[in-house]
Amino acid sequence: MSTATDPAGATPAAIAIDRLSRYFGERTVLREVSFELPAGQTLAVLGRNGVGKSTLLRILATLLRPHSGTVTILGEQLPQRGWAVRGRIGLLGHEPLLYRDLSGRENLIYHARLHRVPGQRVEQLLEAVGMSSRADDPVRSLSRGMVQRLTVARAVLHSPQVLLLDEPKSNLDPAAGELVEPLIGRGCGATRVLTSHDPQAALVEADLVLALSGGRAAYFGPASGIDAAQLRELYA
Amino acid sequence: MRTALTILRKDLLLELRTLEMLPAMAMLAVITFVIFHFGLSRDTLSGQLAAGELTVTLLFSAMLGINRLFVAEREQGGFDAFLLAPVDRSAMLLAKATALYIYLALLELVALPAFALFAAPPHMGSSLPALILFLALSNGAFAVIGTFVSAIAVHTRARDLIGPMIGLPLLLPALIATSLGIGPLLTVHASGSPSGKWLAVLALYDLFTALLAYAVFDFLLEE
Repeated sequence: MSTATDPAGATPAAIAIDRLSRYFGERTVLREVSFELPAGQTLAVLGRNGVGKSTLLRILATLLRPHSGTVTILGEQLPQRGWAVRGRIGLLGHEPLLYRDLSGRENLIYHARLHRVPGQRVEQLLEAVGMSSRADDPVRSLSRGMVQRLTVARAVLHSPQVLLLDEPKSNLDPAAGELVEPLIGRGCGATRVLTSHDPQAALVEADLVLALSGGRAAYFGPASGIDAAQLRELYA
Repeated sequence: MRTALTILRKDLLLELRTLEMLPAMAMLAVITFVIFHFGLSRDTLSGQLAAGELTVTLLFSAMLGINRLFVAEREQGGFDAFLLAPVDRSAMLLAKATALYIYLALLELVALPAFALFAAPPHMGSSLPALILFLALSNGAFAVIGTFVSAIAVHTRARDLIGPMIGLPLLLPALIATSLGIGPLLTVHASGSPSGKWLAVLALYDLFTALLAYAVFDFLLEE
């Protein structure tokens, strides 16, 4: 087991990545990406579509293996010790990971059992995301926004220490966005890595920014250190 | 074990809601018996011919179930959800193999009466306990190999082809043992007692395939 610290050496890094590369066939999606994220802070990963943001999140979630470089989460190196951090990571990705023919409640109970979480937590979260009244409807009959609210509940069901949020507020109207804010927002207490189709909104949420361009880290530093011109260049 | 039960309960609930597999498996079995009945143009079948018809029909129907065993996991993110949980991955093998075993047993509840009706083998009633014993062991091989093959196939685009291509050769020893074991049970002079040799072959093959699947299943769930 290894532990990592942020550059100042003060706060232990919840996530430390060193020269991470990942390929899909001949295509290099991530090329020698490095960063460290202290515990409790939020990293916004920015970049154009297809630049590797979701791939990075899937690697951090232990769902994809890195092809080179080292990835350390909560002091455990991936993929060798991935089993030690599963259950301490929450993933809110593009897919809801919910069975369409089960109800929201049945889905959450299923996930709760996998994570050894008491059933009481399911009811709390259904209430928290405003889905108690539709909890017994099949997921396939719900609107996208409702499914996204259930997905938020699913992602935080086991109170993860690290939250990986891939465009977490997509499909949510402002009211629903406020509803899920205590669960996945700044105040939730978890170390967060988030991507967003809205870079300005992501910057507001973030302590640190990793800007990806052509699979490489074009910028890594404080959120306050990236200016409008750099953002425009990033999405040009 | 608790995780396997959780997955099994979810799978059975999903099948109960959607009825995607069992009705299709049962219907294929009945239709195949009808085709054999009229194709062979015989009122009654016995011995190896009857055994072959029963084995092949159950194989066709089982392949339908095998091909769809992991579809919900693949299409609705069940794999990722499972891989994110701090659980033993072999629980998925145990749950899926048990689910497939249950589907096959339910299929046979429909298939055996249909077989008796359309093939009308002699003394089927007195041979039924031995026949069920053979099918119970044969289902074990189908369940384990089916789960193993389905887990491989579901990651490929040509999953409908990969399933039979890998599954059929692996199932061959079990199919031969089943067919040769139940053939003597469906003859005019059947004693009703099963052949110990073929039962032993089936039991050993079940054990061998279960150990093999357990050893490699973790790797099949990787990206």
